[in-house]
Amino acid sequence: MSEISGFEPVIGLEVHAQLLTNSKIFCGCKVSYGQQPNSLTCPVCLGLPGALPVLNKRAVEFAMRMILATGGTVKNRSVFARKNYFYPDLPKGYQISQYDKPIGQGGKIKFKLENGQEKSCGLTRIHLEEDAGKSLHPEHGEPYTRVDLNRCGTPLIEIVSEPDIRSAEEAYGYLSKLKQILQYLEVCSGDMEKGHLRCDANVSVRPVGQKKFGTRTELKNMNSFKGVEKAINYEIKRQTKLIKSGGTVTQSTLLWDEKKQVAEEMRSKEESKDYRYFPEPDLVNLIVNDAWKEDVSKNLPELPDEKSTRLISDYHIRQYDALVLTDSRALADYYEKVMVDFGDGQAAANWIQTEFLGLLKESKVEIQESKVTPEMISALLAKVKSGELSGKMAKEVFGEMFASGKQAEDIIKDKGLVQLSDESALGTIIDNIISVNPDNLAKYRDGKTNLLGFFVGQVMKETKGQANPQVVNKLLKEKLEG
Amino acid sequence: MSEYKKLSASEISAKVKSRELKAVDIAREAIELAKTDGKKLNAFITICEEKALAQAEAIDKKLENGDAQGDLLGVPVALKDNIIYQDYETTCGSHILDKFKPPYDSTCAKNLINAGAVIIGKTNLDEFAMGSSNENSYYGPVKNPINHKLVPGGSSGGSTAVVAEKIVPIAFGSETGGSVRQPASFCGVLGLKPTYGAISRYGLVAFGSSLDQISPLARNSEDIALAYKVASGRDQMDSTSVAFEHPDYLKELNSSRKFKIGIPKEYFVDGLSDEIEKSVRDVIIFLEKNGHSFTQISLPMTDKAIAVYYIISSAEASANLARFDGVKYGLREGKDKDLLGMYGDTRSAGFGDEVKRRIMLGTYVLSSGYYDAYYIKASKVRELMVRDFEKVFESVDLIISPTTPTTAFKIGEKIDDPLAMYLSDIFTAPANLSGIPAVSLPLGKSSDNLPIGVQFMAPHFSELSLFQISKQLESHNN
Ligand SMILES: [Zn+2]
Repeated sequence: MSEISGFEPVIGLEVHAQLLTNSKIFCGCKVSYGQQPNSLTCPVCLGLPGALPVLNKRAVEFAMRMILATGGTVKNRSVFARKNYFYPDLPKGYQISQYDKPIGQGGKIKFKLENGQEKSCGLTRIHLEEDAGKSLHPEHGEPYTRVDLNRCGTPLIEIVSEPDIRSAEEAYGYLSKLKQILQYLEVCSGDMEKGHLRCDANVSVRPVGQKKFGTRTELKNMNSFKGVEKAINYEIKRQTKLIKSGGTVTQSTLLWDEKKQVAEEMRSKEESKDYRYFPEPDLVNLIVNDAWKEDVSKNLPELPDEKSTRLISDYHIRQYDALVLTDSRALADYYEKVMVDFGDGQAAANWIQTEFLGLLKESKVEIQESKVTPEMISALLAKVKSGELSGKMAKEVFGEMFASGKQAEDIIKDKGLVQLSDESALGTIIDNIISVNPDNLAKYRDGKTNLLGFFVGQVMKETKGQANPQVVNKLLKEKLEG
Repeated sequence: MSEYKKLSASEISAKVKSRELKAVDIAREAIELAKTDGKKLNAFITICEEKALAQAEAIDKKLENGDAQGDLLGVPVALKDNIIYQDYETTCGSHILDKFKPPYDSTCAKNLINAGAVIIGKTNLDEFAMGSSNENSYYGPVKNPINHKLVPGGSSGGSTAVVAEKIVPIAFGSETGGSVRQPASFCGVLGLKPTYGAISRYGLVAFGSSLDQISPLARNSEDIALAYKVASGRDQMDSTSVAFEHPDYLKELNSSRKFKIGIPKEYFVDGLSDEIEKSVRDVIIFLEKNGHSFTQISLPMTDKAIAVYYIISSAEASANLARFDGVKYGLREGKDKDLLGMYGDTRSAGFGDEVKRRIMLGTYVLSSGYYDAYYIKASKVRELMVRDFEKVFESVDLIISPTTPTTAFKIGEKIDDPLAMYLSDIFTAPANLSGIPAVSLPLGKSSDNLPIGVQFMAPHFSELSLFQISKQLESHNN
């Protein structure tokens, strides 16, 4: 029996996504990573006295994309608020965020579990805010912490889910889908390891059948999807065990320790912070009119679910293949470009998934960086289809193509790779082989038809693998059966 | 008295332009006065001699080449030391900003320089503009030029004193609840609180951001109009600044326009000095004789203004002043302590009592459990005040009232009684809370020879009306 039997977890996720705008949310400083510390700063993002924020319209538009793509409502009027707390990497002593009047309300994320089961999780809100800087804590016995404010003022959206998630696996599925949508919309890189996407989880458990939520804890500091899954599982077990042994869960914030694989208490509710939110007087209300909304909505790209449905109907591929191909917008676009000059959707899907993705993964190359263009793949696949190349030869050609970026045509010429499909030429070769193997011919005719493979092998050997297998099979069968 | 002291800003500008006077000579004279008379008043924190002289020389050079433009050519001006002027320290009258030299300019300073003004110094103020007497400065109190035993008012005490003492014809202060109009009335000069959003706040160190407005001081109507014109305008760097059209102030100034003026009954109450009340009533009689019409009006929310003002301004201040934490610039104490210890020591040593009082008040009214009862309620009352004014301005062009309940008081007299001090803003704070423009004009003197001010308030962006009524009164006084 499972450790958590009899209990149902209730999980809500808060995701922060850094927006891919060129400049920061309230000043003109560039958003860029890995630069000299404090080099991408100005009086505004340094929070110097007298400096004032001016809202970046592009950040608003990115937030609107996500809200509209998830079926939420973009509010006509939203309000920025100051969230007050002291920390050295928060130079103003407050973060400009949104509080009781966020830009986005409602919406949902639909996602699939490994077993194919469909789930849906509601969204409470999506709001805009600025990121803080980074504190670089002492490493080599330095007696001080360094502060880098380059990240300060990077635009973020916070996506707050309803407590609709019921397992760590579901949380994983939700996050994967969320990331996929953000990437499709080109508003966030989705890279959790680099902190471009961050996730906190609110977790509670309750006896199965109980309506009321249990006391929740907040998990922070997970830096991968797997980390989120593990931390949630850890916390579900901890809470269940505690309740089963007669204890009670206390409201608190826990930090996930990836090395130790445990979540440790950071602060309890009694110590919980009072952020003293109030409307940001330096910014006017954010007004979004219907024309702007319509414009953003009109320019939304096709989203993964729609795309997958369309690929199935346009190219007659299996659902599973459509799911794989729509994993990223780049891959789906690539597939569709291959299909511009090629008619067999399933063959192209198979080739891309097994051959192309395999080599990309092996060589750690991103699809956009590959030397192989979609046109090169369609030309190659056309040669297989026409019988000019065998599947085996095509793989050899593709390996070379992937490494060098040469066209299939040139590689075939260089290697002298031409498939023998000519029936009279192959017929002569087959006649010779049969004539030098009278024993096997006799056995075949006695019923040992699996000797066909032996004869095919001989033909391939004789032709250095260039014989068209279909033609060889056909001719051999005719001749062996006499 | 030197010739310079008698000149208005527009006269200086004209004489410099015609090359009758050299900008550099004027600048030298103003700097000399700042070092002598200004020092006696403790009015300046910094004198910007080097840049001022260089600027003045550049103007003279441009004039030689015949290409100098601007409304304030060669006019020496002073800035309250919470308005940033690049290359010079901005102290805000506080220990916590020790040695802080901002690496950027305020929009106001830029606008002034573009108009040919010469910024000669940064003036003393109540710490972070919190106060009504200029006694809350780390750099010591400013003295009233009329009588050195008296306060000049605050928080723009330094800027007001240097205009009254004729060190400069124009200076800029800032207002959050009356910080220019109140000292203007105490020192006998003109002080304008413009419409919220008229002058960019970029580079004005924030106190109560939804109330703060850079505000000019001058000795006559023409100069105050010029100062306002030059400093104001929509600024990309300040989201709350507003685009609007400037009329030709100097041309329109001499209009004999007759106004409908409201007399708010809530502004003539207990606590208002009899002499001030009589002066304001006398002005009303005079203006009535000259064809202006008066009606009794009511602004029912007036008695809530001080409470609302202190809740909202302190709430905003508690956040605005959080950045002074010893981490990035200014004072740092408790260097050997941990983070919290460093914060505590720095802020304890860096802020004065009044500032601490406001930070605590502001933190309290924003705290969970009190927010609705204080901040939200105050915001609602503020909305009602805005509507009160809107309604009144449907039937009148201007509102007349005293600027302050009393004339200038003695240094030290109210310093231990913050509540009595807070009441100095009772007639001025409503204009800040509702964003409307208001001016304090000198009305002559009390029996003990102290200046008295009269206040006029107008609808949003009706500064011209204020300048016109000011000009009409001025002609009468002369
Ligand atoms: Zn910046």
